[in-house]
Amino acid sequence: MAEAERLLGLITIGILAGGVYGLLAVGLSLQIGVCRVLNITHGEFLMLGGILTFTFSQLGINPLLAPVIVGPILFGLGFLLQATLFRGVKARVPSPSAFEGNALLAAFGVMYVIQYLARIRFGTQSLPSQYLTQPVPYVGINLAVNLIVGFAIAAALGIAVYLFLTRSRVGKAIRATAEDPPTAELMGVNTNTILAVCFGLGGLLAAVAGTLVSMRTPVSTAMGFNNTVIALIVVTLGGLGSVPGSFIAGIIIGIVSMLVAGLWESVLIVPVYYAMLMVLLLVRPTGILGKK
Amino acid sequence: MGFLILLIAFVLTFPLYGGARTRVLITMLVYAILAMSWAMFSGTTGYMSLAPAAFFGTGIYTTYLLQNHLPLPIIIVAAGLISFVLAVLLGLVTLRLKGIYFTIFTFGLVVFIPNVVTYVEGEVTQHHGWYFNVLDRTIILYTMLGLAVVTVLAIYLIRRSRLGLAMQSIGGNEEAAEHMGIDTTRTKVLTFAISAIFMGAAGAVLAPSLSYSNPTIAYSAFYSFVPIVAAVFGGMGSLQGPIVGGLLFGFLEKTLKVEWNTYFMLGFGIIIVLVILFLPTGMVGLVPILRDKLGGAISKWRKGREGEQHANT
Repeated sequence: MAEAERLLGLITIGILAGGVYGLLAVGLSLQIGVCRVLNITHGEFLMLGGILTFTFSQLGINPLLAPVIVGPILFGLGFLLQATLFRGVKARVPSPSAFEGNALLAAFGVMYVIQYLARIRFGTQSLPSQYLTQPVPYVGINLAVNLIVGFAIAAALGIAVYLFLTRSRVGKAIRATAEDPPTAELMGVNTNTILAVCFGLGGLLAAVAGTLVSMRTPVSTAMGFNNTVIALIVVTLGGLGSVPGSFIAGIIIGIVSMLVAGLWESVLIVPVYYAMLMVLLLVRPTGILGKK
Repeated sequence: MGFLILLIAFVLTFPLYGGARTRVLITMLVYAILAMSWAMFSGTTGYMSLAPAAFFGTGIYTTYLLQNHLPLPIIIVAAGLISFVLAVLLGLVTLRLKGIYFTIFTFGLVVFIPNVVTYVEGEVTQHHGWYFNVLDRTIILYTMLGLAVVTVLAIYLIRRSRLGLAMQSIGGNEEAAEHMGIDTTRTKVLTFAISAIFMGAAGAVLAPSLSYSNPTIAYSAFYSFVPIVAAVFGGMGSLQGPIVGGLLFGFLEKTLKVEWNTYFMLGFGIIIVLVILFLPTGMVGLVPILRDKLGGAISKWRKGREGEQHANT
């Protein structure tokens, strides 16, 4: 009985933690699916979100309010990156098929710039950023309040993004641009702006994910890379360009990480993700909910 | 070619004038080998591999496992073969898919292998950390030089072969290549695996100069990033570009990174962005541009003088 309770507890924590992975992955999915940039700086945006949240909390700003400031800052950074750097790369590549590779390499440079500028400013130590750590008793275990609040915010934001993409005019323009940029352009969509908005939105979602992560674990300037890896796995697992797919995959990854860490060995979490991804790609190369 | 011979002569006589810097030279050669092999596959086909660290680390690990049982030359070959097999397996799963999945997978491999190795060591062998039988640095330097020469020759030959042409046409337009009757999957898997041989072998040669390593150090993602930066910086479309980039980057890293780590890495990022934006052909691409400009200026100057002389007579 105790074993069953423990399992239930682990799975619940996994689901709640997985919501944040889902949110992170939705942002990356937009950048890969619409902007065609395999953005390996995504984890660095999360890191900036977490570190800035901590910095603002030192100034007396409640972490729950931090996304209101951090979100727009990183939206701006993402917007600028797409509007200047990646647009520039696109204008200079010899053939359209070379864009993805060159954009990846440029993103790679940006990753170093962000990470080491952050290091110069904030150092490399872990910063105690936890917030709302009070326990809530739940079937034999304790859930921290931040876990529940984090899931609620992630889910709410995920639904908002989904509605934005499927119901709003800008969302329609984004989908058109993802599908067929030249035609979208002919229909009067300013694709350059749309791409920049998409990239910015990806940055914003990563920033909020960073705030949510910072409430649960200490943050440091070195945390970006691992989160990039997780985000890439979740996006691929869920299927490129699918918001619900990203969330489902995020939750699966959350559950798997808790089960592997709780019942087996935490060093094996990433290998297990990777093995899942390998099997999935062999069976269904487009991910759980991806199209074509 | 002349450049290459000069380089070999320099490395061979190097211990005569600066034994203490052997380590710097070894690193330079390692980076040149990694950058060349990376560019051979990714630079030509456009499939961006982030896996060099996985093969390089596997080379180091192979030496650790076999050092008390086999002589170094056999270990080097074994490391190359193991990397080859690993790359074939990875390639068969991912190279049928679009480039983006390939990149994500190769990226994951760098995180996957060290974690598995750490787990296996913790559970099975109970060993933590790898110690190596230290070899004389000069021997390692010469072996690395030999490997670099073999790599250059192999890549030179591959680039000129049917396989090389097939790779280039995949990079140009994969669908068209397929219609021309090229077995694209086979070409990609084979060339990716060949490039892995040199990376694994380089790790195996380097290992005895390390004295200590462990999965986290040996499989550090840095070794995946270095060849890419070096190749992009030097110019990944050519044979010389990655060599120049690798040597230069190895030198800069060993001389500047110790003191200036953070700023060095920052500069590293800025340079990649600038090169991608403004110099897609890399440093090697500068040579013809400069030659054109200088040549143009010189001939103009000559013509000007001739004109003056005509006017004078």
